[in-house]
Amino acid sequence: MDLNALLKEKQPAIVEKWFETVLAAYPENTANIYRKSEAQFTNPLGYNARQGVEGLFDALLKGVMLEEASGFLDNIVRIRAIQEFPPSQALSFIYELKKIVRAEIGKAVAEQGLTEDLDSFLSTIDDLALFAFDLYMGCREKLFEIKVNEMKNSTFRLIQQANRVGGKQE
Amino acid sequence: MAKLPNPEELSKIDYAPPSKGWMDTPTEFKPGMFCHGSKPKSLETLEFPNPREWRPADVDWKLPENWKQILLEGIADRLKKYRSFRLFMDICVRCGACADKCHFFIGTGDPKNMPVLRAELIRSVYRKEFTIAGKIFGKMAGARELTVDVLKEWWYYFFQCTECRRCSVFCPYGIDQAEITIIGRELLNLLGLNIEWIAGPAANCYMKGNHLGLEPHTIVGNLEYILDDIETVTGKKIKPTFNRKGAEILFVTPSGDLFADPGTYTAMGYLMLFEELGLDYTWSTYASEGGNFGFFTTNELAKRLNSKIYAEAKRLGVKYIIGGECGHMWRVIHQYMDTWNGPADFLEVPKSPITGTVFENAKASKMIHIAEFTADLMKNGKLKLDPSRNDHLKVTWHDSCNTARGMGILEEPRYVLKNVVNHFHEMPEDTIREKTFCCGSGSGLNASEDMDLRMKGGFPRANAVKFVHDHYGVNMLANICAIDRASLPPLMDYWVPGVKVAGLHELVANALIMKGEKERTTDLRGEPLPGKEQKEESA
Amino acid sequence: MKVLVSFFAVLVLALVAYAGVEAANLQYLFGVIIPYAAFVTFLAGVVFRILKWGSSPVPFRIPTTCGQQKTLPWIKSSKLENPSGLLGVIARMALEVLFFRSLFRNLRTQLSDGPRLAYGEAKWLWLAGLAFHWSFLIILLRHLRFFMEKVPLPITMIEALDSFLQLGAPLLYMTDVVLLLAVTYLFIRRVGIPQLRYISLINDYFPLFLILGIAVTGVLMRYFFKVDVVGAKMLAMSLISLKPALPEVQIGALFYTHLFLLSVLFAYFPFSKLTHMAGVFLSPTRNMANNSRAKRHVNPWNYPVHVHTYQEYEDDFREKMKGAGLPVEKE
Repeated sequence: MDLNALLKEKQPAIVEKWFETVLAAYPENTANIYRKSEAQFTNPLGYNARQGVEGLFDALLKGVMLEEASGFLDNIVRIRAIQEFPPSQALSFIYELKKIVRAEIGKAVAEQGLTEDLDSFLSTIDDLALFAFDLYMGCREKLFEIKVNEMKNSTFRLIQQANRVGGKQE
Repeated sequence: MAKLPNPEELSKIDYAPPSKGWMDTPTEFKPGMFCHGSKPKSLETLEFPNPREWRPADVDWKLPENWKQILLEGIADRLKKYRSFRLFMDICVRCGACADKCHFFIGTGDPKNMPVLRAELIRSVYRKEFTIAGKIFGKMAGARELTVDVLKEWWYYFFQCTECRRCSVFCPYGIDQAEITIIGRELLNLLGLNIEWIAGPAANCYMKGNHLGLEPHTIVGNLEYILDDIETVTGKKIKPTFNRKGAEILFVTPSGDLFADPGTYTAMGYLMLFEELGLDYTWSTYASEGGNFGFFTTNELAKRLNSKIYAEAKRLGVKYIIGGECGHMWRVIHQYMDTWNGPADFLEVPKSPITGTVFENAKASKMIHIAEFTADLMKNGKLKLDPSRNDHLKVTWHDSCNTARGMGILEEPRYVLKNVVNHFHEMPEDTIREKTFCCGSGSGLNASEDMDLRMKGGFPRANAVKFVHDHYGVNMLANICAIDRASLPPLMDYWVPGVKVAGLHELVANALIMKGEKERTTDLRGEPLPGKEQKEESA
Repeated sequence: MKVLVSFFAVLVLALVAYAGVEAANLQYLFGVIIPYAAFVTFLAGVVFRILKWGSSPVPFRIPTTCGQQKTLPWIKSSKLENPSGLLGVIARMALEVLFFRSLFRNLRTQLSDGPRLAYGEAKWLWLAGLAFHWSFLIILLRHLRFFMEKVPLPITMIEALDSFLQLGAPLLYMTDVVLLLAVTYLFIRRVGIPQLRYISLINDYFPLFLILGIAVTGVLMRYFFKVDVVGAKMLAMSLISLKPALPEVQIGALFYTHLFLLSVLFAYFPFSKLTHMAGVFLSPTRNMANNSRAKRHVNPWNYPVHVHTYQEYEDDFREKMKGAGLPVEKE
């Protein structure tokens, strides 16, 4: 059995635990609502988080390019970037995956001598984390950009007006 | 060196599951989640109590000595005045049906944003002071003392509610958190605890006639730019009138439509439509605000600001009033105006001069919604339309909270929209009509300093837009609300880049074939029309 | 904690009645005085409550509209969800009161989402709520037989329908089972769902246990530890005819426990959230027609306010207005 097969076998359990880690950031009674509902539109946070972890893990298994996984990562990071988590806390769930994977298949890996494969798999998770920091920063920058744009937009007509008044005086 | 937390710890910091009850969980003022406090100048203009410099993040809010007495008397007074308030304090059974219906709860995950708990913030004090059980059993019966911390908690959470009424739709007793927030904010205003983003515009509106503080000559000036833009697109020079006595119709719209994009495109739409109809109407600079930030302050202030509309209609001697596209403006006009400032017996029952349709539904208040007016025109085939001019747009419809749940104008705008665009896709059923999700910035919360809050609150709305964006390529979010037009663009920018925002009448004007217009090559935004891109380049 | 306090409160109440009758022979207290007192408290309390609600006016017409408004004749309006007249309001209220329309609104979502159990809770809330309230009503109606010399036909019909399964002797009433199940579910839900436990108060647990206690004692009496039904009826008849007299026979302490818990419920009712039963009819977001533009609604405490008049406005801006070519009243 190779590493991929091992991971695939444990995929549901790993994903479930990973999803719980994402929810662990919220108060118990809130997490419960996020956790329970599968509704895409009335529970967007829970839905996107689940889609996110499922999709991400799938992408990791298939070894697809990080860019392609970015949509799933974005699902989770974009909301966390505005939920007043510091970056370390907002993105800690990615490192948690390493722990979960080790806990789930560590023993089997050791038995079957796949340690090297596992290390390389875990290092892709590190890459994922780095990538997530980029996304997180992108989101925060976007937020500031939006604030600036809003100010600009709200003064645009005033400036237009001022220019016109100025023009008339000349 | 301090021990670094491991990831598992990190993901749980600050958010320890509340083994403590909510009453024992102190409120933390988080940056990005609240607005600046009201400035003394605004409160003075409005003749409001306790004008002073204060900052919400400060410990000392500079409350009057007898603040507690003021508040308790305020509660007692409102219990006597509002059956809704008294009833909603008593009959909640905490079934939890509302818990996950609030966009702020969905987006923030803060349990105190569950509508039931937001109401309990004030209910707990009510029990302590106004019920026997609360007095005897105290905390056990959900009662608690009114303290400064409780007051701050009220402020924090009543300005994290957009009065959207979505919870009220699902409540088996119709308990309406909007009503509780309205009264909660009224109480806070007894102590001078407003936010400047509301108090400032309200003061502007009181003195200058509109939230933005546009003085009469500025309104004319702003409109001239808009008229220039219309001329560029259509080749037609429109000359609307202001404060004209003897006009048949007074037109009132939110001032945001005159000021910032994309609202200005909607204003272009009104102007072009009325011009094409040859409507005998006038704008007013005195009543130049349809919206009403007083409604987010106190009932009395709302009435004071609203009074200008009827007063101006009377002064100008018009027959009736048409109102532009705005959400809370229409909740106020529909459910409050006549009661506050009526009877409007000096006006006539609105009758469309074009189709002859009499609007019986407004026979008392004498004010109709422009979507009702336009839908009637279209039904009677009075407009020449070329919807293919909107073919570059794939449009979806956002029902604004107030017009959906405080009025019920759902079909008129859809009918109009379907007449002027060829590509229309509804968002999922749970997120439209009476179940529509708020933009996250309503009720005066569309400031810049609370951007985090707005992005969170608007997340459920954006998520539904994202769905139709991904599935149908929707790139335009249409609506009939000025706050939507101001707040949805940044929301889309963050969550669903590539989706723009438009008022209904912008799309109407795009499609409207006007007499004597030049061949249009661009839409109102100056973007090339479908099939005209080539010409644009060669021109 | 809140759960335990509520549970023990009800347990103690039950024991007090049981012991009071069994050991201290306080039949008259528990059979006559307390029921009368409770009933009077109930009536007076509910009337007081409703009068108090009623004494606060409804200043504004604020229905929550859940459908299309009535405007142009060719646009189909939603008569039930957004009523424009009295008939519509009555129908809307009937749906609300009889079928919990608003709670049901959760359901549509669930159905369209497929049969995932995870998403079913709201549906169960609606179902359990409905089952609980309806079975409670039917049980109350069935009990009317104890207060009438000759049992009227409608009540015998209800009894027949309720026991149509023809199980056991005495015949099993379905509503007994449904009520017990529904109350149990509502309780489990309250403690089992974190966000619900978070918002729950003693005021939520206590009535649940109380009703559970009443139901359990009732069931025990009927199916397991028989009490003297004829005696119970004699007592009931004497109470209702205002000539209270304890029957010669011993009815059984269980009966008095049942009666006492019921008395507590009645007395507690007006001071608790249970008044939602009466309150729902007064809810202005549900019981008003959405016709405020067609028909003027009057606020009894409407008062004149300080406004900024046009004249003041023109005084502020006259020169600027003239400069911009705007007409003015005073040159």
